[in-house]
Amino acid sequence: MYIFLLFFHNKNGDNMDTKEYQKLVKKYTPKENRLFNGIIAFTIGGLVGVIGEFLVEFYASILEISTKDAGTFMIITLIFIGCLLTCFGFFDKWVNFAKAGLFIPITGFAHSMMSAALDYKKEGLVTGLGANMLKLAGSVIIFGVVSAYVFGMLRLLLFGGTI
Amino acid sequence: MTFKYNNVYINEVSTITGPYEAKGPLFKYFDKSYKDFYFDMKNFEEAESHILKESVDLVLKKANKKTNDIDLFISGDLLNQITASSFAAKDLKIPYLGIFNACASSVEGLIIASNMIESKQINNCICSVSSHNNAAEKQFRYPVEYGGPKPKTTTFTTTGGVSAYLSSEKSSIKVESSTIGVVQDKGIKDAYQMGAVMAPAMADTLIRHLKDTNRTVDYYDLILSGDLGKYGKDILKEYVKKVYDINLNNYDDTACMIYDIDKQPVYSGGSGPACAPLVTYSYIFDLMKKGKLKKVLLVATGALHSSTSVNEKRTIPSIAHAISLEAII
Repeated sequence: MYIFLLFFHNKNGDNMDTKEYQKLVKKYTPKENRLFNGIIAFTIGGLVGVIGEFLVEFYASILEISTKDAGTFMIITLIFIGCLLTCFGFFDKWVNFAKAGLFIPITGFAHSMMSAALDYKKEGLVTGLGANMLKLAGSVIIFGVVSAYVFGMLRLLLFGGTI
Repeated sequence: MTFKYNNVYINEVSTITGPYEAKGPLFKYFDKSYKDFYFDMKNFEEAESHILKESVDLVLKKANKKTNDIDLFISGDLLNQITASSFAAKDLKIPYLGIFNACASSVEGLIIASNMIESKQINNCICSVSSHNNAAEKQFRYPVEYGGPKPKTTTFTTTGGVSAYLSSEKSSIKVESSTIGVVQDKGIKDAYQMGAVMAPAMADTLIRHLKDTNRTVDYYDLILSGDLGKYGKDILKEYVKKVYDINLNNYDDTACMIYDIDKQPVYSGGSGPACAPLVTYSYIFDLMKKGKLKKVLLVATGALHSSTSVNEKRTIPSIAHAISLEAII
């Protein structure tokens, strides 16, 4: 039987087409646990939000500034903490666990820039760090600006900028 | 294309690893393991070159040879323009061939060396490969400290420098035959599915080898694939069963052996050019020297993509090369 199959192999060269093979691959591709990942991201992302809210209240009352100004202070603080934790070398493990819970908030933005900076600083200030720091965050900035423009225009054209 | 050898032996080997391999189940078989990823170097790329050079120095010491005694140095790695190998070769001053077949480079090197030794063009050769987890992460995936979530099918690049000293002098490991593989492409585009990308190449080379040598899978005590990982291993088994009606029972995958997949954060197992030789030269050679395995077929598998080709959404081609090793006691 074996000889026959080798003959079969020779004849067709290869007798599983890409579609059939992709089906086979799909069968053995493990499913990601979306519900669990979602709950984790929701909880941890929520916790980051709570910390942010706490910081806003804290700055507003201790510095006697408006909530809007305190919000800016809060963002700066979270970015600082995100960068600091990245440099300590364990934040990647947290992000890997919490997923969207940590990379969607501003902490993730800071972390993506800092981790790229750490990798590329050895390739020089201009050719390394400067050129690659926005490797991951660059898309967020570009498409953030583009979508702000689109939605801003829609707001102006449809509602005259009133809402 | 299959070659038979009568006078090629692997005399000495050296295996140096990084921290994750040292925490794996095969730790006691390695010559040396580092606790960090820098090995006292300034960056990951230099570190990879260092570990490769160190493995060559170690194999020279074991074989009791000096660099001028060596006719040829063949080496490959994953870094752009195989800099880890070339920068190590710069210090060695041995005639050098740099090779690239991704994670199949180790066996590619052994085949070139074996052919040249068999035809008496050279008397001896050192074949090396290296890979470095952080250098590979930086080049192919996210920045090292980013830790972005990855699918379960991802493989974890091994950190290691591995060298083998081959010559026509008799030793306990004989290189019996080898088969050069043909590049396969089954239309997989996902760079996090390396097992699925490489399984057809592994199957094709295995069948070519068996056909050319007129053997069945039972001829071998153990058939090893390079780095298909946990899921790739299952895909290969079913693929081989469906297409060729062969049951792979005496089969294992080095990616699943080098780490404790359930306990270590390595997703579906190891990968990288160093993965297959790290397991084979340490644990498998130990079993062969103890007489527990006699005939072993190592099929190293490689995915031939670059980060650019993946971004351009092109399918990923793969290659596999086989080498048959025999224990002589």
